[in-house]
Amino acid sequence: MSNIAPPLPPLDITRGPEGGAVGSIQSGWRLALHEFSRNRLAVMGLGILAFFVVFCFIGPLFYHGNTISTSLQNTNLPPGAGHPLGTTDVGFDELALLMKGGQAALEVGFAAAAIGIGIGALWGAVSGLAGGIVDSLMMRVVDVFLSIPFLFIVLIVAVKYGASVLGLSLIIGAFTWLVPARLVRGEVLTLRVRDFVSAARTAGAGRLRLIGRHLIPNALGVIIVNVTFNVADAILAVAALGFLGFGLHYPSQDWGDMLSNGIQYMQDGFWWLVFPVGGAIVLVVMACNLIGDGLRDSLDVRLRRR
Amino acid sequence: MTAYLLRRLGTSVVVVLGVSIFIFFLLHAIYPSPAVDVLGPHANRVSILAWNRDHGFDDPWIVQYLHYINQLVHGNLGFSFKVNQSVAALFQERWARSAYLSGISLLFAVIIAVPLGIYQAVKRNTVGDNVVTSLAFVTYAMPVFFLALILIQVFALTFPIFNFEASQSTSVLAVMGDWHSMTLPIATLTLLSVAGFSRYMRSTAMDTLAQDYIKAARAKGLPERLVLLRHLVRNACLPMITLIGLSIPALLAGNLITETVFNYQGLGLLFYSSLGNVDYYVLLAYTLISAVLTIAGNFVADIALTVADPRIRLA
Repeated sequence: MSNIAPPLPPLDITRGPEGGAVGSIQSGWRLALHEFSRNRLAVMGLGILAFFVVFCFIGPLFYHGNTISTSLQNTNLPPGAGHPLGTTDVGFDELALLMKGGQAALEVGFAAAAIGIGIGALWGAVSGLAGGIVDSLMMRVVDVFLSIPFLFIVLIVAVKYGASVLGLSLIIGAFTWLVPARLVRGEVLTLRVRDFVSAARTAGAGRLRLIGRHLIPNALGVIIVNVTFNVADAILAVAALGFLGFGLHYPSQDWGDMLSNGIQYMQDGFWWLVFPVGGAIVLVVMACNLIGDGLRDSLDVRLRRR
Repeated sequence: MTAYLLRRLGTSVVVVLGVSIFIFFLLHAIYPSPAVDVLGPHANRVSILAWNRDHGFDDPWIVQYLHYINQLVHGNLGFSFKVNQSVAALFQERWARSAYLSGISLLFAVIIAVPLGIYQAVKRNTVGDNVVTSLAFVTYAMPVFFLALILIQVFALTFPIFNFEASQSTSVLAVMGDWHSMTLPIATLTLLSVAGFSRYMRSTAMDTLAQDYIKAARAKGLPERLVLLRHLVRNACLPMITLIGLSIPALLAGNLITETVFNYQGLGLLFYSSLGNVDYYVLLAYTLISAVLTIAGNFVADIALTVADPRIRLA
């Protein structure tokens, strides 16, 4: 009798291990992406946002409407041939205006969110890493800014500097970095005592490298979720400023300004001056909120269903 | 408790001071002097310089700031050069109207949002819950003025039930009685707040429903109605206190836009018209007041929560 063990059956790599699939090893980001793509509402939000990006930025290449010169024989036309969404009181084409206003809304929305998140992430990371008195001082500054109602302070600055896309983005970004700063600080406070940060420190990493290579990348989940909500808030803020008359100036257009123009003709029943624009604002903001909710659910491991 | 209150009050005062310095500095940097607005566009340099000197606008901003704070402590909010009236007098004739609009909207919002959130939590994932959630989500994404426009279109133009303009009466009592004109502005602000509140209310009610004491109450045979009334409502309402305290900036902003849309002569409309002609002291005073209200809201909510929830102990 030989005591040689029987040869093992050949390994079948196409068949998974017994007892169910283990699943291939995936990175956190791929898992999150998978989770996100299964969230129907979030995907719908992404679709709506993509539609508006195409509509506002590619649309004007195919649809040319007058948004520049007053045309007195075409004022307040109802939707019809030549003007699918009618015309305004100075004869501008409403559909072309909608595209142009959407460009401004999306540009300011994303730029302001990027500025706000950029300042906020840096502020929060530095504050959280420094700790002690520097941390308290930096957080008191955040408290002070957070106590000033956003709309009021933004209106005051926008009266003078809000006439361009860049100006509006800077103003809105300059007052929306506070919540991200707090969130990133919180995240950094839990990250900075982790082993990998200690290891990086032991290896001689300076503060800048710690923030840039280790802390911010690991707080990226929180940051990305916040970007989407900030885009939504910025678009609403642009609309509010425009509606109150302190938004972009001609020849730029913004949706809020179009609405405040339309309100004068509501009693005349010129619905096309009000409802397409309002619906567009609601859809874009809703899309951003849906994406944000979806991202939060998929990036936060605790909220994940499995 | 007293030590905590004092410390909390101390930080609030520091934040108020920081806010006043920042707002003053910002306004000063943007509008160094109202001289041109007062003297007119054709004023020559000499008279502008003389006006600045007479009114202290040529001092360094920190001196002007200290002077302003000194006046503020003595109850002087500054002077509106546009309306030729003291800011305090302007605010005095308008604040009650704004307080009424904001206060009653907040009250209605709480009265609606609390039962709505509990209903959604109890009936979660049913058709009713989904409809309410979707409506709240859409309203939440809606600019205030668009919400107001929809209400005007439906309830004032298509079906002329209410007035599309708010009450123009100068007496607050008359405003309160004028439901024909006040329903739409109040409804606008209420819906806005309900959209914000009901999400939180639904999730806190759901968290509370999962607690053991609810299970225990059911296990001892308490009728479901009493479980909800006695055990769920009071516990699920606690986060509402914080939420109301935090909602003041949104309420003030909503107030500004609602008053503008409905032409309601309150503080928001005053702020709006002061923006156009840069009525320096009105802007400064109202921004300061709204910041103080925001800070006070947080402070009061913290205290109210400790009073309402005996589990919270303050050291």
